[in-house]
This record gives sequence, C-alpha cells and structure tokens, in this order.
Amino acid sequence: MKQFWRTMLRSPSGIIGLIILVLAIVIAVAGPFYFPNSPWRMVQRPFVPPFTVAKVPLGTDALGRDVLAGLIFGARVSLLVGLVSTLVALVVGVPLGAIAGYFGGRIDDALMRFTEFFQTIPSFALAIVLVAILQPSIYSIVAAIGLVSWPPVARLVRGEVLSLRTREYVQAAIVTGQSNAWIIWREILPNALSPVIVLASLMVATAILLESSLSFLGLGDPNLISWGYMVGAGRTVIRQAWWITVFPGVAILLSVLGLNLIGEGLNDALNPRLSREGR
Amino acid sequence: MPHGDSSRVGALDALQRIETVGKFIMLKRVLLGVAIGCVLSAAHAEEPKSGGVVNAVIQPEPPGLMLAMVQNGPTQMVSGNIFEGLLRYSPKLEPLPGLAESWTISPDAKVYTFKLKPGVTWHDGKPFTSADVLFSIEMLKQTHARARNNLVMVDKVEAPDDLTVVFTLKEPFGPFIGIFEVGSMPMVPKHLYEGTDFKTNPNNNAPIGTGPFMFKEWQKGSFIRMVKNPNYHEKGKPYLDEVYWQIIPDAAARAVAFETGKVDVLPGGSIENFDVPRVSKLPGACVTGAGWEFFSPISWMWLNLRNPILANKKVRQAIMYAIDRDFAKDVIWNGLGKVATGPSASTIKFYTDDVPKYPYDPAKAKALLKEAGYKGEKIRMLPLAYGETWQRWGEAVKQNLQDVGMTIETIATDVPGGNQKIMEWDYDLAFTYLYQYGDPALGVSRNYITSAIAKGQLFNNVEGYSNPEVDRLFAEGATAPTDAKRKEAYEKVQKILVEDVPVAWLLELQFPTITKCKVKNLITTGVGVNDGFRDAWLDK
Repeated sequence: MKQFWRTMLRSPSGIIGLIILVLAIVIAVAGPFYFPNSPWRMVQRPFVPPFTVAKVPLGTDALGRDVLAGLIFGARVSLLVGLVSTLVALVVGVPLGAIAGYFGGRIDDALMRFTEFFQTIPSFALAIVLVAILQPSIYSIVAAIGLVSWPPVARLVRGEVLSLRTREYVQAAIVTGQSNAWIIWREILPNALSPVIVLASLMVATAILLESSLSFLGLGDPNLISWGYMVGAGRTVIRQAWWITVFPGVAILLSVLGLNLIGEGLNDALNPRLSREGR
Repeated sequence: MPHGDSSRVGALDALQRIETVGKFIMLKRVLLGVAIGCVLSAAHAEEPKSGGVVNAVIQPEPPGLMLAMVQNGPTQMVSGNIFEGLLRYSPKLEPLPGLAESWTISPDAKVYTFKLKPGVTWHDGKPFTSADVLFSIEMLKQTHARARNNLVMVDKVEAPDDLTVVFTLKEPFGPFIGIFEVGSMPMVPKHLYEGTDFKTNPNNNAPIGTGPFMFKEWQKGSFIRMVKNPNYHEKGKPYLDEVYWQIIPDAAARAVAFETGKVDVLPGGSIENFDVPRVSKLPGACVTGAGWEFFSPISWMWLNLRNPILANKKVRQAIMYAIDRDFAKDVIWNGLGKVATGPSASTIKFYTDDVPKYPYDPAKAKALLKEAGYKGEKIRMLPLAYGETWQRWGEAVKQNLQDVGMTIETIATDVPGGNQKIMEWDYDLAFTYLYQYGDPALGVSRNYITSAIAKGQLFNNVEGYSNPEVDRLFAEGATAPTDAKRKEAYEKVQKILVEDVPVAWLLELQFPTITKCKVKNLITTGVGVNDGFRDAWLDK
C-alpha cells in the first residue's frame, strides 16, 4: 500500500489529478455550509458580471442566481452522479464479466452476446432514450448512465478472469474443492482488480460528462442544479453573459481532467511492471 | 405607444425606452435630410408610399393556408392578409368595417343586419355577395370549432338581397358583435367550395380570398410569397407590391436574419425573450407590444382543486402572495406584459381592477399557510415545455413558493407529456396561457364555469372549480341585453373569482413585434400582423 502511494505521488499527473479531485470533494462537501441558501434563489439583479459585486464573485445568471453557489451545489450533483452511476456499472459489469470468464462455454457466449447487444447501441443515444422514458430525475439519470457504461467493465473483467483462471493457484483452489463463488470472490477478483480500478476512475469522468450532456439537453433533474444544466441554461445568452456558461464549463473540464490524470496515475501505480521500475 | 391604447401605457417602460431610441434615430435621419437640402417635412414623411417588398418571419411554418380549415397561429397570421372577415377590430376591440361597410343591431339585441361593401371581388374576379356569407357560415360550422361555438346562439341567417345579411339570434348574446374577425370567421368563395369535399379541394393549396394580398407561391421550408391584389376594394391599398414570409426554423438564426436585413418584420414570439432587448436596440429597429389585444393571452397556473391542500382557499391565496410576479415580468419577460389582476386581461371588455389585490408579500403568504395548517406536504409543479422562458419561469416560481415554506417538486416533461397530465388532472400546479378573444363570454367564462369541467381537455375548467354563483353571473353576463347589465354581472364575478383564487393568475403576456422602422403602419388593429399588411407601407 505504501508502495502504491509512493508511485502514485511520484507521477506528476497523479498528484495534479488528486489535488483537483480532493478540492472538488471538499467544495462539494463543505461548500453548502458557506452557502446555506438554495442555489436557485434569486439573490441579485440578473446578469451581474463576475468580479464586480463582492457578494456574488462569479456574477449572476439570467434570473439573478449566484453562479458560484450553482457551481458548488452542482459539484455535489456531478460528483455524486459520477460515483454512483459508476458503482452501478461495476455492480452490473463485474459479476457478469467474472461469470462469463470463469465458466466459459455457452454461458460465456450468451453473456457476451448480451453485452455486445448493449455495446452496439450508441451509449449517449440510449441514455437519452432511457431518461426520456423514465422521466428525468436523479435516479433515472444514474440508472441510465450505469446501464450504458457497464459493457466495457464486463468485457475487461472477463478478459482478466479468462487469463487468471488458468493460473496454478486457481487450479489448486478448484482441486481442493472450494466453491466456484468462493474462488471467483477470493482468488480471482482481487487479482483482476487493478485494471478495473483504473477503468472505474475514467468511467467516473465519462459519467460526469454524460450527466452534463443530459442536463445540457434539458434532461437533467429539474429539482437539482448541475453544471450541465448551468451551461445549457446560459448557452442562449452567451453573447450577453459569457460567465454563466464559462465557469461551469471550466468546472466540468477540470474535474474530468483531474479524474483522467488520476486514472493515469493509478495505471502507473497499479501496473506491477511500471511500479517495480520505480523501485 | 403608436396606436394609442392608453390602458397599456405604463406597463411598458422598457418598450417605451426602446421606442424613444427608435424615434431619436428617425429624428436624426430627418435632420440630416433637412441639412442636405431635401424638402422633407415630417408631415410629408408620413404620407404612405406605394411599392416595395417586405420580408417577414413566419414561425413555425403553417400546416396549411386555408383559414377556414386550419386556424393555427401562423396560418392566421399569413392568411389573415389573404382572406377577410365581415368586421375588423380596433386595438380597443371596437368593430370596424371590413367586408361589411355598416351594421345595425335591433333594440332587442336579437337581429344583426350587415350591409356588405359593394364592388368587392374575389382574387379570381368573381363578385363577393351575401350568398358567399351564407355559404361560409355553413362551411365554418363544419370545419372551424370555435366558429361553431360562436354561432350556437344563431337561430337563422338570411340574405334578403345581394348586399344584405341578417342574423337572428335565439336570445340576446352580448359578445356576438365580436365574432366576425378574419381568423374567427373568414369569408370563403362559394363558387369554388360549394358541393366539393372541403378537405381535398385543390383551392386549399392556393387559397382565393378577397383580401389585399393574393397567394402566389409556397416553397415548403423556405418561404411563402404573396403579391398585391390590384383590384382590392380599398382604393390605393395595399401599398406594398409583395410580401415574403420567410421560414427559418432556429430562433437565433431568425434574430440574425433580422440583424443582417434579410427580414424586416419579426412577429411576436419569433425570437427568444432575452434576445428582444438586444435586437430592439439595433439601429433602425422599432418594437411594439400592440396588435395582440384581440387575443390578449393571459398566463396562469392551474391549481388542482381536487388536491385537498389546494382545495383550501387560504393556501391558494398564499400562493398568490408568494409569487413575485413583478420579478417575472421584469426579468423573465424582459419587462413585457403586465401583472394580471384576475381572470380577465385588462385589454378585454368589462375588465375591472376593482378586485382584491395580491402584491408580493411572502410574510403574509407564510401566515396564511400557517393558518391553513399546511405542514410542508409535497406539491408537484408542471412547467410549460415551451422553451427557455417558461422553464426559467417555472424555476423562479418554485423558488418563490419554497421561500414561504412550501415543498415543491418540479416534474420534468415535454409538451405532449405535460398536456397529457393536465388532461388527466394528474398535476397539482401547472403553467398555461390562454387567449381571451376580446369578450369574457368567448374567452374567460369557459375556465371557471361548472359545465366546462370535463376530463381530457387541455383548456376550459381544468382546475375543477365549481361555484353556482359564478355560473349564474357568467350566464347572466353572456345574455344580458345591454352592455351596462353585462358589465355589472362581469364585475361581480371578477371580484368573487379573485377572492377565491381558482387559478393563480400570473401575467398578461405580451409578444412584441419587432420591425425595421421603415415598415410603417403595420399594426393598426387588435389582431396586429394578422391583418396588418393591408395598411402597411415602406418608407424608402
């Protein structure tokens, strides 16, 4: 573990990514204590440019709502959706991949065809359809993003399991008569985890982007403010008020960038060959 | 305001400011003219000039142009200049001569006699006579739902001679004089439609009317072109040679088309509200809120009275106090429109502002909610999915209501989904706006009388309000023989309704028409652009 952190912290991208992510989490968790007001509240006159009124440092939007408050509350939604929907994707994808890879044969065929069925549908289009059918809400958005993001997980896990299954220690476990579930859970999955972790960090970034895109198109949860919603709502007045779209846009950019850098750092740290080189 | 509707002045600070700018620019141009030695007096400048082509935006593309068959907003706007009605209406909704040059109403208010204008011809040269009027009425009863309703009180229609039409009513019906507008009762050529299948008649694609402009061509998805009717029955009119209705599907592109000079007229609703101030300030742009008096759209939130919380009058009044309607007007509608005082728009007949008032007063709203015993139960709100403006409005109202302690959940939906929910009464609060058609009997009573409650309709009494006294007063208002009696009934009913708050009235909406200032005299009636090109002219 110590080794992991050392490698992680040695790569500059990992450090930058971590800093950005920690900052975003701190803002999302602690920010609302400094802004007890709802981000939907109209606090100032509309279209106050940034850096002119101390009370609303990043200006106000078309209704006079505080852009900074929107950013802070939006961070909650974006991070939450990113994390939870990735969790959903993992919960669906990891068992499916593991079962397919472990048992092989017909089960593998059936599960992989099923996975491919999902992979052939463009994921964003599917997400839009799902959210539109289920009515936009935070739950339907998380479900839709989870549902369109699990196939790569399943395929990745299957590949890992396929190669691990032929290892001697797995064979030994089978010979000693342990149950399949036990072998998958205790012997195989822990060893297949590192690429999944890297993938998951990238999936969080993708999920944040997906959520932003959905909100941008007006398919966000109407009761929650999110960065994508802010960009979408400000888009039409971009000629009069650039700041309404630019700040949340930058927030999306930074958090996605941060997560990608972390993914890279994780890859370096978890890849046994690379981390040994660092020794 | 250019057309002198005093009741609107004051509601339009922003507009007036913009107009002042426009006038200043015009003045500068005149001064320049004088300076370089042109003989150009201000009076002379207002003399109509003939000739020229005007490009107007039509949004969205109309589904058809046969006004007797299709009555969409855009159809009315284009075809109102091709067809004509018996009467036209001033911005104050007084009847003006149209195809009828004069009319008399019998003392018992049951017999309406119209004298038609002599020498009027259809675009194909055939004369227009009383036989066309009789035929039009029969045809409209089959094809035009609103006309059918308007004509319910008619006992018989007769034509004693070629230029006289006599309507006899079953009983007096006060709003009757208000139903002859071109979109409500367009005159159709008998010689082309009699005995044919109205739906498949080839003339539907190239409509023939009596109006100042003749339909010329329609390039689907691109433009509709109409040309001057050289034999129009008003001598010297129309002044313009041609009008192109440009079809541009994207709101931003429409604004750009105006900026670049590709179009000269942006009818109300062509561009998004937030773009209105910017586009209005462009050099050579003039803007007016006039020309919607006949429709007088008024917006409100349906309150579902079947919900036990909203069934409590105090909760409904609290909602009225909680909503900052001035904010909505100034910020969301960019200063356009007027805070609604009650069920009638201030521009229609028998309006009174002598009703209980609901200023923005969150403290009072909180107190009322407390009295009503409201404990934060969840209320669902259905915004109107008509674009940016309505979405922002939903957000602002939600915040207003949450500020006084209500728990509001916004239901995200599209237009058909939202309509469905309203029709099935599956909502608590729902945004809407409705036309009023100039008279409480035509556009207001339908939303509050018991007999208009029915599942499966998007308008009428969706909230489920039922009050025998209100029913009685509306009936009395519709059939009272004199305007004084009608006024009395309607003023009473407005007071009762405003006290009861069956729906939460928001704003009288205004859809500004933006034109190049060189387009003159476009909006002269209560339906604005819909029959405006008759008098419009181009200052070159």
